[in-house]
Amino acid sequence: MPAFDQPALDTSPKVSDEIRKTTCYMCACRCGINVHMQNGKVKYIEGNRDHPVNKGVLCAKGSAGIMQHYAPSRLKAPMKRVGERGEGKFEEITWDEAFGIAESWLRPIRETNPEKLAFFTGRDQSQSLTSWWAQAFGTPNYAAHGGFCSVNMAAAGIYTMGGAFWEFGAPDWERSKLFMIFGVAEDHDSNPIKIGIGKLKANGAKIIGVNPIRTGYNAVADEWVGITPGTDGLFILALIHELFKAGKIDLDYLSRYTNAPFLVNGDEKSPEHGLFLRDGDGKPQVLDRATGKPVAFDKKGIKADMAGTWRHAGATHRPVLQLMAEKYLSPDHAPEKVAETCGIAVDQIKRIAAELAHVAFEEEIVIDQPWTDWKGEKHAQMIGRPVTFHAMRGISAHSNGFQTCRALHVLQILLGSVEVPGGFRFKPPYPKPVEAHPKPHAGVNPGAALNGPHLGFVRGPEDLLLKEDGSPSRIDKAFTWENPMSSHGLMHMVISNAHAGDPYKIDTLFMYMANMSWNSSMNTGEVMKMLTDKDASGDYVIPRIIYSDAYSSEMVAFADLILPDTTYLERHDCISLLDRPICEADAAADSIRWPVVEPDRDVRGFQSALIQLGSRLGLPGMVNKDGSAKFADYADYIQNHERRPGVGPLAGFRGPDGTGKGRGAPNPNQIQAYIDNGGFWVDHIPEGSAFFKPWNADYQDWAVSRGIYDAPQPYVFSLYVETMQKFRLAAEGHGDHQPPEHLREQLKTAMDPLPVWWPPFEGTLVDTAEYPYHALTQRPMAMYHSWGTQNAWLRQLHGANPLFVSGEISESHGFKPGDWARVTSHHGEITVPVVRMDALNGKTMWTWNAIGKRAGAWALQEDAIEAKRGFLMNYLINELLPERGDGMRWSNSDPITGQAAWFDLRVKIANIGPKPDGISLPQHLAQQSPVGKGPKNVAYGEDF
Amino acid sequence: MTALPAKTAKKLGLAIDLDTCVGCHACVINCKEWNTSNYGVPLSDVNAYGAAPVGTFLNRVHTFEAKSEGCNAQTVHFPKSCLHCEDAPCVTVCPTGASYKRSEDGIVLVNEDKCMGCGLCAWACPYGARELDQLAGVMKKCTLCIDRIYNENIPEIDRVPACVRTCPAGARHFGDFADPDSNVSKLSAERGGIALMEAQGTRPVNRYLPPRPKTDITGEGKIAVSAPALAPGIPEPGGFLGWLDKALEKL
Amino acid sequence: MHPAPSVIIFTALSGLGFGMMFFLGFGLPMVTGWGAFWYYLTAYALAVGGLLASTLHLGNPKNAIHAFSQWRTSWLSREGVAAVITLLVTAIHAIGLIFLAERFQIVGWISGALALATVFTTSKIYNQLKTVPRWNMPLTPILFLTYALAGGALLTGQITTAAVLLLVLTGLQVAVWQMGDKAFGAAGHNIATATGLGNLGKVRLLEGPHSSPNYLLTEMVYVVGRKHAMKLRAIASVTLGLVPAAILLVLPFNPALAAFAVLSHFIGLFAARWLFFAEAEHVVGLYYDKR
Ligand SMILES: Nc1nc2c(c(=O)[nH]1)N[C@H]1C(S)=C(S)[C@@H](COP(=O)(O)OP(=O)(O)OC[C@H]3O[C@@H](n4cnc5c(=O)[nH]c(N)nc54)[C@H](O)[C@@H]3O)O[C@H]1N2
Ligand SMILES: Nc1nc2c(c(=O)[nH]1)N[C@H]1C(S)=C(S)[C@@H](COP(=O)(O)OP(=O)(O)OC[C@H]3O[C@@H](n4cnc5c(=O)[nH]c(N)nc54)[C@H](O)[C@@H]3O)O[C@H]1N2
Ligand code: SF4
Ligand code: SF4
Ligand code: SF4
Ligand code: SF4
Ligand code: SF4
Ligand SMILES: [Mo]
Repeated sequence: MPAFDQPALDTSPKVSDEIRKTTCYMCACRCGINVHMQNGKVKYIEGNRDHPVNKGVLCAKGSAGIMQHYAPSRLKAPMKRVGERGEGKFEEITWDEAFGIAESWLRPIRETNPEKLAFFTGRDQSQSLTSWWAQAFGTPNYAAHGGFCSVNMAAAGIYTMGGAFWEFGAPDWERSKLFMIFGVAEDHDSNPIKIGIGKLKANGAKIIGVNPIRTGYNAVADEWVGITPGTDGLFILALIHELFKAGKIDLDYLSRYTNAPFLVNGDEKSPEHGLFLRDGDGKPQVLDRATGKPVAFDKKGIKADMAGTWRHAGATHRPVLQLMAEKYLSPDHAPEKVAETCGIAVDQIKRIAAELAHVAFEEEIVIDQPWTDWKGEKHAQMIGRPVTFHAMRGISAHSNGFQTCRALHVLQILLGSVEVPGGFRFKPPYPKPVEAHPKPHAGVNPGAALNGPHLGFVRGPEDLLLKEDGSPSRIDKAFTWENPMSSHGLMHMVISNAHAGDPYKIDTLFMYMANMSWNSSMNTGEVMKMLTDKDASGDYVIPRIIYSDAYSSEMVAFADLILPDTTYLERHDCISLLDRPICEADAAADSIRWPVVEPDRDVRGFQSALIQLGSRLGLPGMVNKDGSAKFADYADYIQNHERRPGVGPLAGFRGPDGTGKGRGAPNPNQIQAYIDNGGFWVDHIPEGSAFFKPWNADYQDWAVSRGIYDAPQPYVFSLYVETMQKFRLAAEGHGDHQPPEHLREQLKTAMDPLPVWWPPFEGTLVDTAEYPYHALTQRPMAMYHSWGTQNAWLRQLHGANPLFVSGEISESHGFKPGDWARVTSHHGEITVPVVRMDALNGKTMWTWNAIGKRAGAWALQEDAIEAKRGFLMNYLINELLPERGDGMRWSNSDPITGQAAWFDLRVKIANIGPKPDGISLPQHLAQQSPVGKGPKNVAYGEDF
Repeated sequence: MTALPAKTAKKLGLAIDLDTCVGCHACVINCKEWNTSNYGVPLSDVNAYGAAPVGTFLNRVHTFEAKSEGCNAQTVHFPKSCLHCEDAPCVTVCPTGASYKRSEDGIVLVNEDKCMGCGLCAWACPYGARELDQLAGVMKKCTLCIDRIYNENIPEIDRVPACVRTCPAGARHFGDFADPDSNVSKLSAERGGIALMEAQGTRPVNRYLPPRPKTDITGEGKIAVSAPALAPGIPEPGGFLGWLDKALEKL
Repeated sequence: MHPAPSVIIFTALSGLGFGMMFFLGFGLPMVTGWGAFWYYLTAYALAVGGLLASTLHLGNPKNAIHAFSQWRTSWLSREGVAAVITLLVTAIHAIGLIFLAERFQIVGWISGALALATVFTTSKIYNQLKTVPRWNMPLTPILFLTYALAGGALLTGQITTAAVLLLVLTGLQVAVWQMGDKAFGAAGHNIATATGLGNLGKVRLLEGPHSSPNYLLTEMVYVVGRKHAMKLRAIASVTLGLVPAAILLVLPFNPALAAFAVLSHFIGLFAARWLFFAEAEHVVGLYYDKR
């Protein structure tokens, strides 16, 4: 035998018959994918190299798309419930029957009292369609999931600087030299953050991870700050204290681009106290350093004097910066004072402040790119401060989250590192000042559309959504004195409010793509009871539930009528600039999904079904004059709907010849143009316009030309949020709009126009000697909420979730490998397996989110590891706080936005030793599977 | 043929950066996805929707924690696939000749037409880089994506292993370790790339780039001081206005 | 390592069978006709049965034919080749004895030597694995050979030889256990060298790469309780050699007692062989923090 008779190998096998380019939807990151097709089946999915979001890479979920697309849990046809709610017994029906049922429920509601419909959507990306539909229907009760997700971050960012970390912008990964990441396990920008971290590493930049848990991004960070949960605000304000003390703030930037020089009324008795001094045109005033007189802040050529004060009408007016200095230089904010509460060493706080200052001011970046600001002042260069921050739910999912998120945005502004080279940069359509957003609306007229968009940004107490009698207009009590700036609604309160009939009863709950009976609810056990609860006459307390899902989830079992959606490879979708787009800091971009595979079941894209239902109901905008349907389906809508003349869901290839960018008449070949272009459209921002966007005249003009604005919208950042002061004034008794007595104190503290910190509510209401520990969840990078479980590949990675407990807790409770714990909160109890982890804040324990499953769901065998061993932390979390002694149960939310405070949870733990049966508690009766069970084995790829 | 080539022209392999790997498992699943419908029989999943699914994977990511007394602990995500060893024991033990190391590039492969599924090669591998497919009964291992890296039906830029192309953080690098000027050789030299379990005598080709030192973990268990605390730039709290006035004057 | 019945039966039975062939090859006992037939039938049944059992371990037995091809490099291949040659050569010798009442002495010697060589190749399959330090000790082949010789002697009725060998075997086995207990540590592999992260401190697995079992875990990361192992060791050390040797040396020969001695040896052999696999720790367990 010859020594090396290697077999002959074909190293150039054919990869596939065809590549179809579309957009991933294994999560909300919206990466571009190349779907390789062979013999009509999906053979391989890879990242699209040309795509602005992922630039070719693909995460674990995206790579497991095949297993999702062919999952046995896919729903097959519309269904109506035949058993009791929660059992999972259904009968398949036709679409005609399904629409007939829905119409028979919804038409009477619309004609008599549209508020009896609550329409809430979850992880979808078609909020511009669903909100439009809900507005046309006329119900005030519409929102998406933002209220339990991250409205603190979004709203704080928008009120502060016209855009937040998160999807509205990103660090300048190429140029940044110091990057601090707060409370992020994964985020929506899954791939971009990882690509960015890779770039920072390659460039030798430093990464600081602030997180009680050191995994994922925090594991690769060059420095870890293992902060005590809920104390980031205090830590950030201490950094600000240090910077003020050392005079390391960017005064030039602050005076030009922020309201730091705005004069604030200092007369405590005045109804104008804390409001800006304004001129006759309503323009805020600053002191002109040359004349010492107040002038409009945006007057060309003036230099604002932030060191002076102005007396006017008996009141001293001081610039915002002075109020800030006074507040943050106070010893209460000194590192020495906060270190213990934050669980961070004084030295570490001081050094981080020094590093921030060093990189911002000593390692400044200069780009020789002249530009002109909106006042007409010319700048020869672009000066950058290469310090960036990113943060997500770790700081926002707390009851002090809004102010903490504000604090972080303010810190970044003080360093002059927003919209500059090396700093944080907005992605179109951001920057977008609050003024460019709508106010919320709830004006109901039976048989007609709502008086305006549901969600928006209040500018003062007059914008709250209250009925004549002061009761909430909305079922979720959004935009009330309890949470005045709840810009995304409060989806997590809908089921419990509807069950309680507080503020009123509803008739039909219509939900889409949200597993609300399971992992997206606080208080899972009780929520299932609310959904199945019956009144004295034997009817369900929440009379009707319509739900659209694509898979046999837990929530499906609780619905009366199921509208089965397709998988993401089988439908049209539109990732629109009107919604949550996929832009980059350097470019506007949007994209589509299209049926790269035709459905083989009797299912319909939900958006198409919604449009079809809308036209059956005769909703405005969805029917022609003769009553016929205006749009056949979603694809038709995407191409032909116009939000404003010339502006529609897709910005690319507009106009009859397909050359319109952002503006232009509908193009009948638009979707094909997207397909030909790889499923997306990108339009790069001209070089001189790519920084200083809120103030850059060229950018503003470009944005107008692209339909992003209808007129230039320059503005300055709000270190000081005047709107909040208006609520404080109301709480102090000023004005016509007055809060209820019991909320005055809360409003006075919470609505501070400058960032403040207070301890998370749950920790102040429970006995912390009894519940000494914090319990958190994190998203596993390879799983998307509850979806991952049905996936034969992904469920092998995270089929069961241990409770990771800190070394400190492990020692004090004598945990040994193999031990289980009973974990108890003020509200509930779970019994779960334990693993020790040292790279964890000593007072903290955590687990992966949404791994535990109800037996029978997701077409899994009933003894699936997820159902037996996996568990949900949600059983311990309540949507209401423990009683305060005032006879009331306050909501477990941020008092400003109503954001669910998932991470305020306090617990105690008991070591129960090994649990031989290996079954976590609580367990639920199995639900029946309306789609059968998956096959025993899978050997995908046999066909190729 | 289970004799090892005396020398291979190239030494293709991976440099895996433990300082950058965020533990996302993208490489794990994309590897599975590519390989289940390419080289050889599918990578099966037994009991796929049942109590304890057992599937074949060619690449797995472990998570370790390291802690020194009195110091903060560190988490390290650790991807592991075949290291394409120069002295590959998995090859020499193979009785059928199914396992072999290619003389041109050093890739270690299993010829499934000869493999009898005895498992001995998996026993011989110190790193757990081989898994016997439970349905097909043949040995599976990382192929270094041999059907990608030379594939003329794939655009040139994409002729890299699936796991490398997909890794969002860019923690996986592919190249020729026989060439001292290659990307991987240089990276490994710069960052002190290490071989796993050298005492096994396998001489792995793949290299692991160790985590860079952390500011919060030092020998004394203290936070390293990379910059001194800020000197107060303002004489005293009351002096802020004076400082401000001067500073504004300089603008 | 997973103590799979197929490999336990394979190594145990084939060792006995080839051990018998060794003695028969050297004319111990010198039998012909029916006597030879029964001896050889037993030896073949054991050796071939063992070899067949080993094929149950194969995932893809249809390719087993290729297993004879790699004798240059692979001990498993050598084992296959050696076994077949041994069985053939032994057959010639056996045919002479059974049917021709004639002893081809040279052939017999060769067959005996081949039988031992085969056992040696079997032992090398395990012994060669650096990944399993407990097996990767020079004593492993000696242990296998001693097992084969002692068992072969016992089954071929070499009373004194058997008794002595059984006692030697018992001592050797106990010694191998003791040395084996230190082998993993002595080989110098630990989670720090496996991961290369030792300079960062004490390394532990925080989370495995998968929440379900996989081939590596079921095949190579078998964890046996220490108490359980000690009990089995005690049983094996008594039944393996002490009881049979006592019967052979102390009690007068009696077929029933002889059968009991053989049974006792079998119990010891299987217990020890179960332990041979179950107690063997593979270095891959380090990546799972399981040792
Ligand atoms: N793979 C995957 N990606 C996803 C999702 C998914 O399910 N899977 N879900 C998507 C959705 S809907 C969302 S909202 C985003 C959320 O993305 P993330 O914001 O990353 O959300 P979490 O995973 O909840 O992580 C919260 C992090 O905050 C930390 N943390 C908790 N409390 C505190 C605190 O007080 N201070 C600090 N500094 N940190 C704290 C936790 O340890 C955890 O690391 O992810 C999106 N992306
Ligand atoms: N303990 C704890 N709980 C949390 C959180 C936490 O951090 N900790 N995070 C909260 C946050 S931020 C969020 S956003 C929620 C998320 O929780 P959910 O919004 O409930 O998210 P999923 O579990 O993904 O459920 C979405 C549903 O959509 C279905 N679906 C998937 N694809 C499609 C499709 O193409 N069409 C249709 N129609 N349906 C589809 C899925 O089958 C599933 O039933 O969880 C919240 N819950
Ligand atoms: S991050 Fe992953 S799952 Fe989400 S869209 Fe991108 S590839 Fe798909
Ligand atoms: S894809 Fe890259 S970052 Fe993710 S686990 Fe693999 S090597 Fe690590
Ligand atoms: S890593 Fe294992 S399978 Fe790969 S060549 Fe080395 S010994 Fe063989
Ligand atoms: S399992 Fe296959 S490749 Fe491995 S040693 Fe056996 S025959 Fe060779
Ligand atoms: S090189 Fe290919 S086969 Fe090997 S681990 Fe990477 S993707 Fe898998
Ligand atoms: Mo979310």
